[in-house]
Amino acid sequence: MSDKTAVAKETKRAVNRKDMTRAQWTIHEMKRNWIAYVMIAPFMIVFCMFTVVPVVLSFILSFSTFNMLEMPDFIFMDNYIRLFLDDDIFTIALQNTLIFAAITGPVSYLMSFMLAWFINELEPRVRAVVTLIFYAPNISGAVYLIWQVAFSGDTYGYVNGMLIYLGIISTPIQFFQNATYIMPLCIVVALWTSLGAAFLSFIAGLQIVDRSLYEAGAVDGVRNRWQELWYITLPSMKPQLMFGAVMAITGSFGFGGIVTALCGFPSVDYAAHTIMHHLEDYGGQRFEIGYASAIATLLFAMMIGANVLVKKILSKVGE
Amino acid sequence: MKKLRTRKHTVVLNRSVGGDAGITIILILFGLFMFLPMYYVVIQSLKPMDEMFVYPPRFYVVKPTLKNFANLFTLMSDSWVPFSRYIFNTVLISVCGTFGNLIFASMAAYALAKIKFPGRGWIFQVVVLSLMFHSTVTGITNFLIMSYLHWVDTYFALIIPAFGSTLGLYLMKQFMESSVSDAVLESARLDGASEFYTFINIAMPMVKPAWLTLIVYSFQGLWNSGASIYIQSEQLKTFNYAISQIITGGVARAGASAASTVLMMIVPITVFIITQSNIIETMATSGMKD
Repeated sequence: MSDKTAVAKETKRAVNRKDMTRAQWTIHEMKRNWIAYVMIAPFMIVFCMFTVVPVVLSFILSFSTFNMLEMPDFIFMDNYIRLFLDDDIFTIALQNTLIFAAITGPVSYLMSFMLAWFINELEPRVRAVVTLIFYAPNISGAVYLIWQVAFSGDTYGYVNGMLIYLGIISTPIQFFQNATYIMPLCIVVALWTSLGAAFLSFIAGLQIVDRSLYEAGAVDGVRNRWQELWYITLPSMKPQLMFGAVMAITGSFGFGGIVTALCGFPSVDYAAHTIMHHLEDYGGQRFEIGYASAIATLLFAMMIGANVLVKKILSKVGE
Repeated sequence: MKKLRTRKHTVVLNRSVGGDAGITIILILFGLFMFLPMYYVVIQSLKPMDEMFVYPPRFYVVKPTLKNFANLFTLMSDSWVPFSRYIFNTVLISVCGTFGNLIFASMAAYALAKIKFPGRGWIFQVVVLSLMFHSTVTGITNFLIMSYLHWVDTYFALIIPAFGSTLGLYLMKQFMESSVSDAVLESARLDGASEFYTFINIAMPMVKPAWLTLIVYSFQGLWNSGASIYIQSEQLKTFNYAISQIITGGVARAGASAASTVLMMIVPITVFIITQSNIIETMATSGMKD
């Protein structure tokens, strides 16, 4: 860049904020930083097209009868009324989703934190190996299908084989076709794959807690590792705890794919039918887009609601 | 990650022997729970046919063989769409999607972290908000958008949305904020450097861990992408999809399915091993302030 423009830039910078109204100042700042908008534009265009617009669109369509064939009618809350009053399967789905999320979310969160905390004091090299072992199921794609093999209904299923061998049962149990076992099994598998970004964030967060705080704490009468955790570690890790919570919540509502892979779709007696499946059923198969949009909007509201709630709870940590 | 607490140091602070033992036991139990299924898949893929169905199941292999992998390729060469096509699709989608995401997200991250322009606060709020819900929410309406763009059944439907994936942007922005000093950028600007110049020549080299992390996350997500509602033609489907078809093939294909699972997981795991320390370094700044 030539000297001239640099000088011009400097004079521009010297404009006094007090001479202008707020709006004028904003416009002035926007012009001065126009390059920022250029840099952010490609990302924001794609992001808006495939994330923002779909969310807004599904909110709008949820008040209509859109089905991709006929002209949509505006029916206001009818889709939502139908969901709660006329759709028995949705009630099951809602219940299953809440149970699923209420268990996998907090458990995976606590598991991520406790394990990260436990391995924090290991030798760096050992810690790297243990981190890999815990994290691997999360990144290994379809490897969770091994659980299906392990719990498969014939005698080749290891669990059935074992139970028969030990004389506990005489005929194999159809684990993934039995309404009693489906949910607990899916939850176990979901937890097995759930040590992800939150876990890594906790590991990293624990590493950067200021060491001198622990020494100061020991002087001030922190007696054991639990007090240390509550009074020193957790308060200094609040930002990581928040990020981890967001990841855990998103994950706990997003296990539909694993459930489908393990028990098929739809699952027996809708025993593992979640809102994600209901959405897929109406949106992807019956093309009742309006109705599916109402489901999607509800799911969206549930996730955001869970985030707000957890944020409130986390603000109490260490107080 | 240099400030590591060594074992010696912690003993001085409040540690009880009972607590240490308890923690070790818990770690071992969880370790087994996490590790055994993975280990079993690997062992299973190395077993010859006669060992695979030994009863009760064995957690070791007597005569290891690579025959399952060979069988997998024979099996795949018989399929209607050549096996190599599935691999090509997955590699193409993963590489293009990751590359685009890297460019778009790091440019946006630089602007959000280092240029004080009006509106950056709420733009970042929206990005954070997008981390709070799962993409199933947008699946159906995204399909409408894809069909409006005539992208259904094309690579675009899988590649382009990946460019706008927010986790990478979020991590990159947080990392830039803490590790690229404003003073350095400011002095470059005073010397007349353009924002693009400072972005490419000053900021990017300083945030290598963050872009490695972004690459890993983006790549892993795309690599593991399976069946998609946007893709109908068999020749555009992914490796992961092909493998899930084999795995559901049942007992007769137990060897091949174990082999394919191993092939599938070997890539993300290797990538993670190589980049682990960089990822942890990036994650240290992942925290969310209110």
